[in-house]
Amino acid sequence: MTSLNVNGKEHALDVDPGTPVLWALRDALGMTGTKFGCGAALCGACTVHVDGQAVRSCVTPVAAVQGQKVRTIEAVTDGSDRVGAAVHAAWVKHDVAQCGYCQSGQIMSATAFLKSLPRGKQPTPAQIDAAMAGNICRCGTYARIRAAVADAARSLA
Amino acid sequence: MFPTDLNEHELPRQLQRLLTRTGSTAAGDTPTGMGALPRRSFLKLTGGSGLALGAFPLLAGASASATAADAPAAGAVNATAPALKPTQQPSAFVHIARDGIVTVTINRLEFGQGVHTALPLILAEELDADWRLVRAEHGSSDPAYVDPMFGIHLTGGSSSIKHSFTQYRELGARARAMLLAAAAQRWNVDVASLRTRAGQVLGPAGQHAGYGELAEAAAALPVPAQVALKNPKDFRLIGQATPRLDAKAKSSGQQSFGVDMRLPGQLTAVVARPPVFGGRVARLDDQAARAVKGVKAVLRVPLDRGAEGVAVIADGYWPAKQARDLLQVQWDTANVAKLDSGQQLAQYRELAAKTGAVHFDADMAPLAGAAKVIEAEYRFPYLAHAAMEPLNCTVQLTEQGAELWAGMQGPGLDAMAAAAVLGLKPEQVQAHVQMAGGGFGRRFSIGSDFVVEACHIAKAAKAAGLAVPIRTMWSREDDMAGGYYRPMHLHRARIGLDAQGRVLAWDHVIVGQSIMAGSPFEAFQVKKGVDGTAVEGMREPYALPMRLSVHHPKQNVPVLWWRSVGSTHTAYVMETLVDEVARAAKQDPVAWRLAQFGDKHPRHRDALKLAVEKSGYGQRKLPAGQAWGVAVHESFQTVVAYVVEASVQQGRPVLHKVTAGVHCNLAVNPRTIEAQIQGAAMMGLSTCLPGAAITFKDGVVQQHNFGDYPVARITDAPQFAVHIVPSADAPTGIGEPGLPPLAPAFANALAQLTGQRLRELPFSLA
Repeated sequence: MTSLNVNGKEHALDVDPGTPVLWALRDALGMTGTKFGCGAALCGACTVHVDGQAVRSCVTPVAAVQGQKVRTIEAVTDGSDRVGAAVHAAWVKHDVAQCGYCQSGQIMSATAFLKSLPRGKQPTPAQIDAAMAGNICRCGTYARIRAAVADAARSLA
Repeated sequence: MFPTDLNEHELPRQLQRLLTRTGSTAAGDTPTGMGALPRRSFLKLTGGSGLALGAFPLLAGASASATAADAPAAGAVNATAPALKPTQQPSAFVHIARDGIVTVTINRLEFGQGVHTALPLILAEELDADWRLVRAEHGSSDPAYVDPMFGIHLTGGSSSIKHSFTQYRELGARARAMLLAAAAQRWNVDVASLRTRAGQVLGPAGQHAGYGELAEAAAALPVPAQVALKNPKDFRLIGQATPRLDAKAKSSGQQSFGVDMRLPGQLTAVVARPPVFGGRVARLDDQAARAVKGVKAVLRVPLDRGAEGVAVIADGYWPAKQARDLLQVQWDTANVAKLDSGQQLAQYRELAAKTGAVHFDADMAPLAGAAKVIEAEYRFPYLAHAAMEPLNCTVQLTEQGAELWAGMQGPGLDAMAAAAVLGLKPEQVQAHVQMAGGGFGRRFSIGSDFVVEACHIAKAAKAAGLAVPIRTMWSREDDMAGGYYRPMHLHRARIGLDAQGRVLAWDHVIVGQSIMAGSPFEAFQVKKGVDGTAVEGMREPYALPMRLSVHHPKQNVPVLWWRSVGSTHTAYVMETLVDEVARAAKQDPVAWRLAQFGDKHPRHRDALKLAVEKSGYGQRKLPAGQAWGVAVHESFQTVVAYVVEASVQQGRPVLHKVTAGVHCNLAVNPRTIEAQIQGAAMMGLSTCLPGAAITFKDGVVQQHNFGDYPVARITDAPQFAVHIVPSADAPTGIGEPGLPPLAPAFANALAQLTGQRLRELPFSLA
């Protein structure tokens, strides 16, 4: 048995410790909000937070996060997380999603980024691009992602 | 993504032939009952009429056969309703619950383009629904959900709104008429004295009732065949910038996609496919694979195009993938052609030197006496669709037949192809359309490759004692190497100009695989040796003395429509060449185009003028080092003009701003149009990025993942300003037309900066 702390809850999982967190979440726990895009940390669709840091769950073995706290899109956008709620609201307001498949990862990256900023500090456009550069959106929603991240930052000021 | 001039009567017959062939060659199965495409809806239409109430009227899998026998031919039951087709029956499309929630079934796949919002919006307009109470659901392979023009299930060719605008208006109007009739009965008043407003029927004496209160009574009433539609000036939803119905679910991880299917007992399959298309298994050592914890079976399975592979079935993707990667397979590729990209280029060059099958002709004699000749060779690589959700399909074999779940652009053909593999009648297979993470044409392949493969696996698993739902999943690498690419193309142009720069003769040759050859669409799309999808977008709207001829060499690479199909290359060639011609004539490229359009092509003219005016082209000076680029192109009956601002920084092309002028007739949802233009432009930009090419060595695809097949990222994205030409004409599509003009507009700007005409995608600056 391997343990995994997800969204504040401890789970005992019957998976190989080398299993990536992504597949522990999706197949073992049935939490499908975190998406599989590339399996190689190239697209960001699988982004989760590990102790507050944005991490690509497709290349992060369960063994590597023992004793750490994993947070997923489900918890970050359920209203309990101030920054996550602001990002979710901005994403809806700007109608960012098209197919929507990458957006869990986009929101997780944006939330980790805004949490990393000193309170009240507004990001520059270049900072937003740099923070979001690891997340691919094949639908090309980038213009609205930029607007939504900036808007979320303003709403948190 | 799809041709637009198919005959809806001929098509099903052609498809039938193809599927019969597929069925008889695949794994030696003899499909039974392959007599005809099912033309009859098996939805439980409420007595052949009426609003659906209570349980949503999708056919339950368990009752397939019984319902098939019992189901009335549409319109045959209710004597007062003339023969309405299943596509016209409100009960197949609108469900109104007692609490007033209106659920609209969409007859297309939502994969980003916004039909999940636009189709309900159109229906809600005529229904006079309260938009806040409207929801959307996907349909299935039931015949009620065919494209009303094509007669087959199809999401493609930017046709959803174009073909279903009137259909969904009429559905909404029929449902509203039935609600009005129910209210008239309840209040014993003349129906003409009633009005509706936002989900309520209002009576002459101040009576009011919500649609939810009236729906049950309305369901028992006849469906009117003829309904009056609103005057467009009274639209209150259509034309408004409306947020997407799926925005919240897609911004919280709550939206379920095909890959998220979880059925009781479900197992996951990952497949080892041959390194060369059509290869087969010579020897297999699966000892290490079988030792992986969670692995249930290792099965040799027939694959697409006569190939054979090995499926690993396990209790999750990770063990299946681990075990698949541990398989020791010796492949037999002796009897299949092995493409080499370098040799292919040489072959195409040789072909392009000769005139091919002539698509249209003109006198080429003036070329000899031209004052100036522009000679150009253009090259376009194979392109993978690379949708964010890798291909997948879940199959459950039941006592009565089979059910499929996947993001499908053509669920009807997919169900038929599945039936052929599984030895079932078409009506025994139900394909449930799932929200898809992109597709761009890949989720509608000729022969239903990924659906058929999943069916073979489920069948083999059942034979091995695993009678459970099987979800077949592709890794990113599987998806990228899996073929069905935009074909590689080479164009050769010789343009003779007189001393004033006027075009005397334009000799043009295109070389590329035919997408349609060998498909059921060949009869309609390949004429006199020319595949229409290879030449769409050539010459028009310019009055040019052009001879266009085509060579369609065969290659051992499956090819497919890819967002905007032929226009992915023809728009680039045309719009960069006419730019060059305009410059050669010492004319401004916008003025040259506008003079060509004149009053004959008012939509081109208006789209270009709008983009030019809003961009400030010709009105303001760009910062040093930046240049303007212009292109305009019509595809799928929508015209998009781009005026772009670009520069070269450290040897790298940079796109700063895109101003768009869009003519798609009536703008149903301007918010979606803006998103589709931005997104299609980004996909066009992706085709310019260094490395954005699928290449072959010894028959093997050389690209694997987003590391060696780059797609545009946020750091590549320009600023956008999207402007729509006002129009009240019947709407045309928007999913694809924003793609073609982006790359040529960008290239035209770069040519001003560098003097280099870029004749290859992706870009390669000298």
